[in-house]
Amino acid sequence: MNSVKKFTVSPSPHIHSGESVQKIMYGVLYALIPAFLVSVYAFGFDALLITFTAVVSCVLFEWLIQRYVLRGKNTILDGSAVITGVLLAFNVPSSLPLWMIVVGSLVAIGVAKMSFGGLGKNPFNPALVGRVFLLMSFPAHMTQWPKPMMGKFFADAVTGPTPLAVIKEGIAKGNSMTEIMAEFPNISDLLLGFIGGSIGEISAIAIIIGGIYMLYKKIITWHIPVSILATIALFSAVLHLVDMNVYISPLYHILTGGVLLGAVFMATDMVTSPMTNKGMLLYGFGIGVITIAIRTFGAYPEGISFAILIMNACVPLINKSFRPKMFGEKK
Amino acid sequence: MNETILIPVIVLSTIGVLAAVVLYFVAQKFKVFEDHRIDEVEAMLPGANCGGCGYPGCRKFAQVFVESDNAESLFCPVGGNEMMSQIAEHLGKTVSAQAKKVAVIRCNGDCENTRKLTSYDGPQNCRIAVATFEGENGCSFGCVGYGDCVSVCEFDAIIIDEKTGLPVVTTDKCTACGKCVEICPRDIIELRKTNKKDLKIYVACMNKDRGARAKKNCDVACIACTKCVQVCPHDAIVITDNLAYIDDEKCKLCRKCVVVCPTTSIIETNFPPRKVQEPVSAVKE
Amino acid sequence: MLHTFPKGGIHPPENKFAASQPIEVLSVPDIVYIPISQHLGVPAKPIVKRGDAVKIGTPIAEAAGFVSTFIHSSVAGVVDKIDKITCASGFPQDVIVIKTSEDVWEDSIDTSPDFVKEITLNSEEIRARVLQSGIVGMGGATFPSHIKYQVPEGKQATALIINGVECEPYLTADHRLMLEKAREICVGIEIIKTAISVSHAYIGIENNKPDAIELFGTVVKEFQGISVVPLQVKYPQGGEKQLIKAVTGKEVPAGGLPIDVGAIVNNVGTVYAVYEAVQKNKPLYERIVTVTGKHVTEHKNFLVRIGTPIQNLIDAAGGMPEDTEKIISGGPMMGKAIPFPQAPVTKGTSGILLVPSLESQRQNMESCIRCGKCVSACCVGLEPYIIMTFAERGLVDELLDYQVMQCIECGSCSYVCPAHRPLLDFIRLGKQIVRKQDKK
Repeated sequence: MNSVKKFTVSPSPHIHSGESVQKIMYGVLYALIPAFLVSVYAFGFDALLITFTAVVSCVLFEWLIQRYVLRGKNTILDGSAVITGVLLAFNVPSSLPLWMIVVGSLVAIGVAKMSFGGLGKNPFNPALVGRVFLLMSFPAHMTQWPKPMMGKFFADAVTGPTPLAVIKEGIAKGNSMTEIMAEFPNISDLLLGFIGGSIGEISAIAIIIGGIYMLYKKIITWHIPVSILATIALFSAVLHLVDMNVYISPLYHILTGGVLLGAVFMATDMVTSPMTNKGMLLYGFGIGVITIAIRTFGAYPEGISFAILIMNACVPLINKSFRPKMFGEKK
Repeated sequence: MNETILIPVIVLSTIGVLAAVVLYFVAQKFKVFEDHRIDEVEAMLPGANCGGCGYPGCRKFAQVFVESDNAESLFCPVGGNEMMSQIAEHLGKTVSAQAKKVAVIRCNGDCENTRKLTSYDGPQNCRIAVATFEGENGCSFGCVGYGDCVSVCEFDAIIIDEKTGLPVVTTDKCTACGKCVEICPRDIIELRKTNKKDLKIYVACMNKDRGARAKKNCDVACIACTKCVQVCPHDAIVITDNLAYIDDEKCKLCRKCVVVCPTTSIIETNFPPRKVQEPVSAVKE
Repeated sequence: MLHTFPKGGIHPPENKFAASQPIEVLSVPDIVYIPISQHLGVPAKPIVKRGDAVKIGTPIAEAAGFVSTFIHSSVAGVVDKIDKITCASGFPQDVIVIKTSEDVWEDSIDTSPDFVKEITLNSEEIRARVLQSGIVGMGGATFPSHIKYQVPEGKQATALIINGVECEPYLTADHRLMLEKAREICVGIEIIKTAISVSHAYIGIENNKPDAIELFGTVVKEFQGISVVPLQVKYPQGGEKQLIKAVTGKEVPAGGLPIDVGAIVNNVGTVYAVYEAVQKNKPLYERIVTVTGKHVTEHKNFLVRIGTPIQNLIDAAGGMPEDTEKIISGGPMMGKAIPFPQAPVTKGTSGILLVPSLESQRQNMESCIRCGKCVSACCVGLEPYIIMTFAERGLVDELLDYQVMQCIECGSCSYVCPAHRPLLDFIRLGKQIVRKQDKK
């Protein structure tokens, strides 16, 4: 009897695509590399230090909470905490004091993620919650942007406003758009990232490269980024046509601030975005509208973080109302 | 100065009064009459909301109890006879006492009595495993031990014994709500009458195969040899589909069947050790 | 752009190793175990007893209800006993055990290799013959075919669709059959067309079988009203409703039957069995089975007598590799893992797949990251991730609201899930819960 081999029985299917949560998370990390390189080139050692601190503290907090509070199995290897760390760092200025980024990490991981039960259960994007928490708590530090210093690795940073802040202040002062535009960086600087801003948001090209990589790897679909960008372009174009002196052109809206970073990396976060393609389009539309509304009519120069968080809250509702069409269902 | 205070006071007071009037009429209009006794009965119930009575939650049971003309058929297994008679007294109704029951696991196919012939790789869920194949030990009637009964029990009365891999019922905690009976995909669990000191005699097997096949997979399977039927003085044992069943109403706990069972598939619990056996073993030595 | 079904679907590695192996006839085993339940519906009722002598093709069990069919002896020999053994379904079933002697066929069977093209029977007679020959759907669902050919009152069949898709990875039985028996299959199609009185038939073949598409392209010219439809490679295109959508563009209503859009779908294996039954009077007692696996030394396509222990097939394909951990009857997506290799081949066994230990273990399940891959992979338009949570909690109303019963159990959701969640297992549990509730 003992010589008889024991076979394994399990329900079908017996094969698997080989995809795993870990592979997806590392795929996102690879996609973040170009933006990271540009930020190190632009902001030097500070960017490296901030990113490193954010990643280490996010992973550490996740490990501690998982080990001592939730008492579950170790989850830090799945890479999601690393992504939260990187994205949080990418959303703050490189001049931010290190202890603040640690506090931000604690809020991102502890409050926004682990208090809901960990990966997959959080309703809001953890990195954005961390960022918004920092923005509310330390507005001064969070809105002082070092000017990029282009390869001077250890140079002392000179702070200055972001392009969006330039516009907001300009309009507040009553300057005309042409006057404002004189201070404004040109398109090639915007594309390459030679502008002031958060660590990861400056270079449009680097972010688009990352986005294309994720599309190729099928980590994201085109629906969310495209619908966000299209909505922003459309709405800002309408406003721009209404009054060119008050509202800047759609191109600037898309290339400045965190729109691309948000549209490609933050809004597409699987956990906090809708399931179906139609739902994703609506979600992206919502983000676009709220972003433009905050940017043009709100108090803050930048609105995409708030927009994404607000739409995150709507995701369960979107999932409920945009169910996939059943095969053979009557239209 | 006076005006700045006076105007808000007047406005707010007016709003307050208006709201009160509106609320009063709304409350009158939408008043739901509810028998206050339902609340009282609900307070007397255990509040486990287990569904053991057959109604969704204790409140519904209380409502049915209060509204019913004949409460004879109602029973809350968690509260038991004592509580039922208290409630009945409170409402001026009569209830019939019911025998206290306890869940019994009718399978003894542990790792020693059966052999693992295959290994299962899938969700640790009895209902999924049972729908996939006959079971690791080849018995398509026995317990697979993935603990659906454990997860459904709200009173922590069932645990899976780590040694045997079979569920064990803690009689004191079991309220006979019947949830485990319901969920068990192989209908192994039965609610049986409890006796003094938790004495129980039951057939710990559900195998309806013919003797040879049953015995091949499990050393303690019932092989329907009818020896127990013959020896039972109370006609409490019947064999249907190659399986013996002891009627707990008729059984007088005489333990005669336990001795004759060739596969020890009949189990006795909490009985004192047999006196007769001592001299027998002494002679052997 | 090739036709396919629009919603969901996946493309697992094809691994059709045995595609170039011609069909070999497997030697007759010493003992066969013929299960009395090889079809969907009521198990057949044995009509032989111990000691009876049987020939090849002798009926040994008769249809015991409307959804039931006949079963025939696959060998000549003596009935040994009616026993209960663990079958490929994973459960013990009654089997008729026959000890084999030398091959003797029933006199009525035409054993000559001649190709017969003329159809002499009418619709009624064909259906009777199909029932008498015990023919069932040979793609795996094993639904008795004579019921399928009985078009219900008030419905009109307009198209016969032949399933030559074989979308399951590894399997090549249908592919080989199409290559070697193309003309017979076309006659079989003519027969079924007569039975259900439709004028046109479509053979759906996936594009990964260009040789079969080409061959049929030429063979169908000899016949009237048969066309070949090359299809894009996508799993589960062999699903009845998916195939109808891919070939005709019509969508079978949810909860409906193919006949609701005038379609009748048959597998090529079934069509060939119909040819043999009608033209050669040969009941269904053998079928083609692929034996394959990544680490199997010889990939084979065998013509096997029903009731042959699967072990025999494995032995004939170079033996069981040392590190085999799982034996699957059928394909890797929908096949059943079988506990013991002694289980017999049945009418529905399309392949035997041996899986090495490295690939057979499931990965640990992680939290759902709500990536939506299961939603986009589902060809029915369900949301497996949420159905799983409802099934775990036993919420019947929600399960029904999310249409759990519409699942065709293709397994695409479990296949794509990056968190390795056993979605399909729990969807099946959900169906189980709903059925239990319905019974009450």
